[in-house]
Amino acid sequence: MNLQARCVPAGDTCLIMEFGGEINPELHYRVRSLMLALEAHPVPGIVELVPAYCSLTVHYDPLLTTFRQITGQIKIVAETLGAHNLPAARLIDIPVVYGGDYGPDLEFVAGQRGMSTEEVIARHTSRDYLVYMLGFIPGFPYLGGLDERIAVPRLDKPRAHIPAGSVGIAGKQTGIYPLDSPGGWRLIGRTPLVLFDAAAAEPVLLRPGDHLRFRAVSPAEYEEIRRQVRDGTYSLAVTPRA
Amino acid sequence: MMLCEVLQPGLWTTIQDLGRPGWQQFGIPVAGAMDAYAFRLANRLLGNGDNAAALEMTLLGPTLRFRRDTVLALTGGDLAPELNGQAAPMWQTMAVRAGDHLTFGGVNSGCRAYLAVAGGFDVPVVLGSRSTYVRGSLGGLEGRPLKTGDILAAGQLRRQAGAGIRVPDYLIPYYSEEIEVRVVLGPEQNRFTPDSIRAFLSTPYMVTPEADRMGCRLAGPRLYHTGGADIISGGLPPGAVQVPGHGQPIIMLADRQTTGGYARIATVISADLPRLAQAKPGDRLCFTPVSVTEAQVILRQTAGNLACWPEKKKSYTYCITVNGTVYNTVVREV
Repeated sequence: MNLQARCVPAGDTCLIMEFGGEINPELHYRVRSLMLALEAHPVPGIVELVPAYCSLTVHYDPLLTTFRQITGQIKIVAETLGAHNLPAARLIDIPVVYGGDYGPDLEFVAGQRGMSTEEVIARHTSRDYLVYMLGFIPGFPYLGGLDERIAVPRLDKPRAHIPAGSVGIAGKQTGIYPLDSPGGWRLIGRTPLVLFDAAAAEPVLLRPGDHLRFRAVSPAEYEEIRRQVRDGTYSLAVTPRA
Repeated sequence: MMLCEVLQPGLWTTIQDLGRPGWQQFGIPVAGAMDAYAFRLANRLLGNGDNAAALEMTLLGPTLRFRRDTVLALTGGDLAPELNGQAAPMWQTMAVRAGDHLTFGGVNSGCRAYLAVAGGFDVPVVLGSRSTYVRGSLGGLEGRPLKTGDILAAGQLRRQAGAGIRVPDYLIPYYSEEIEVRVVLGPEQNRFTPDSIRAFLSTPYMVTPEADRMGCRLAGPRLYHTGGADIISGGLPPGAVQVPGHGQPIIMLADRQTTGGYARIATVISADLPRLAQAKPGDRLCFTPVSVTEAQVILRQTAGNLACWPEKKKSYTYCITVNGTVYNTVVREV
């Protein structure tokens, strides 16, 4: 695999490894491959790595290295570890109650796209979504793969309060709010899973490269899963994905 | 150990350290002191570690009542501190006694002041840091700015710093209302018209009242994109100058989100971020371009100056005369 990327400086503490100018799973695979290679073969001076759709941002300490030096070392890692194989991606089951108070905009989405609410749910649950990156607020996944037949514009006036776990659509994107927050996405449902908990051993549920599959559940199942999550007895359904 | 009580919280007072790196890939911002230079000096005065938690105060400082004796240090912007109604010195250690009141009168210069105490403020470490990130309700005191009635505790210090230790004058910054800010152009400078790049580098931009720990929002000549303002979202460096569709730049600072989707005309060099943190609404910024290499040399010089103080070793200055010529000679302990 070709891990060649364009290296662009971004100020004196960051550089960006750019793999291309579009959003697709293949470019993202290269981003993650380079990230994994740099984690396995650390280059002195790296502070942290931030993967995104088609770029890997390297935060580094210029008191420990220079732009020229670190760029050369990263290129060597990229070239010599070109065939770095990623471990199988995780496919994570995300239970969601659709509609009602849990998803107050479900009817709007159905009306806007001229289909029944059942069809919106069927389309939302029929695909696997790739977590391209986390950002915006802690643990918020930017997901790729939404069926464009259920794409809808965001709210003109954002809501002041969206409960944590809300699942929404904005344009061709779908996502989950990890925290109570303001926001302008059209809310179609809510998951009882906790995406961000600073006190947990693993504070963030999702990682870049994960795949998600939404599953419709009843409000009773939602409450039961929520109770198990709170008690620490819920086991996340994760399967390896080829 | 209880140290002081918050009688008035001030405009925006938070507990900060040097930040929470390592979590950006999970969408968790770095946060930390906006002016890491003044912050470090406050801790060094007291003999604290550089990363000990201190209060970051903004424009209007808090009113604190101390419940026990301690030594503290104030650095950064001059917010007119007073101890029991008498002007309190900045950039030096100061002894306070149980019952003393620390108040702030308003802005003389700069925007953010730091109050460090012997042993550092004691709050739980969350994801490796005591920094407050308010948008995520994370760290600091319950993830929020201080409020009236809060009780602050301090950690233990191995050895107590004395009062009256001063930062040498050459290390004390001057906070102007006209701030020269050096930038490395890009990473997306080619997404702006040449006229816009010229305007950005030749005209002052004013800091607006919306500036906060997340971003310093500016007002000045409108900047035009050659295509759209949006780029495919990616990692966001500290100091990135994002330009959304309205054409007014926003400099992304300590609480910035970890990724961004607006074209970045330039990135403020890390050595100038502390001075930028002292820019208050109404101040004017003038941008000057430097290369990445120049920026890194400037940072090393700044860090080198800071690393020399306080000196770990004693030194003695002797005046000696050799063949009628007077030499000032410094003898350092090895």
